[in-house]
Amino acid sequence: MSEPLVFHYDVDGSDFTSAGQASVFVKRNLRQLGLDPEIIRRVSIAMYEGEINMVIHAEGGEADVIVTEDAVEIVLKDHGPGIADVEKAMQEGYSTATSSIQSLGFGAGMGLPNMKRYSDEMQIDTELGVGTTVRMKIRLT
Amino acid sequence: MKVSELQEHGFTALTLPDGDREIVGAYMGDLLSWVMGRARADAAWITIMSNQNVAAVAVLADVSCVILTEGVTLDENVKGLAEAKGINVLTTALPSYEAAVRLSELI
Ligand SMILES: Nc1ncnc2c1ncn2[C@@H]1O[C@H](COP(=O)(O)OP(=O)(O)OP(=O)(O)O)[C@@H](O)[C@H]1O
Ligand SMILES: [Mg+2]
Repeated sequence: MSEPLVFHYDVDGSDFTSAGQASVFVKRNLRQLGLDPEIIRRVSIAMYEGEINMVIHAEGGEADVIVTEDAVEIVLKDHGPGIADVEKAMQEGYSTATSSIQSLGFGAGMGLPNMKRYSDEMQIDTELGVGTTVRMKIRLT
Repeated sequence: MKVSELQEHGFTALTLPDGDREIVGAYMGDLLSWVMGRARADAAWITIMSNQNVAAVAVLADVSCVILTEGVTLDENVKGLAEAKGINVLTTALPSYEAAVRLSELI
């Protein structure tokens, strides 16, 4: 596998209930590639949290997953409201989710901390009123 | 123990596409990000949540089964989804704590 493998998804921001499809799809593809189950699990969780954040906080966005010989890179890009205070958003328990979103089981304020925990590298670029791009890398070696 | 064996101990299967899966530990919780962050692969996930997102979380967190408590069941469409994704879902009339105690006697 010398050429990197790239998966691209448009993440629909209007449907909370079916959110997570891109992550489920990526998981299936990584399985077919025969990657280590624990790596697949980390990629799945990190990507799901980012995908859900795009849906509930940014009205959707785009997801790219790039698989190379030594890493899986996940890039999540949205044109939502941006994050005012990234440091605060990264804290466990911090959430701006509304009560209707909470009733679906979201809004614990654990998504970004999970993404940090399950990835080897994570970078957030965000600008208020412009959008947010989250990059995560999970190393294979 | 295998997921399918739960049926002999008061848990009712709603979907059982992968009943031979072995249960390794359990995690109890209704907030999806806690489950994502804390549940181990192959754990039984005990919850009262039964919406579509539960099926996605169960797949991605790689749990061995979802145990719905307090008599909670699945809508037909969520049931179909769980089935298609290979997710075992069982239900019990017990509250979550009692269900966890029961499970811990079994596994
Ligand atoms: N893509 C995004 N665009 C705008 N704001 C975001 C985005 N991602 C996260 N946030 C902000 O950061 C906060 C914390 O995010 P985090 O994922 O940790 O928790 P949550 O999504 O609120 O709840 P949980 O992930 O536990 O369901 C969010 O409540 C939201 O205010
Ligand atoms: Mg989140």
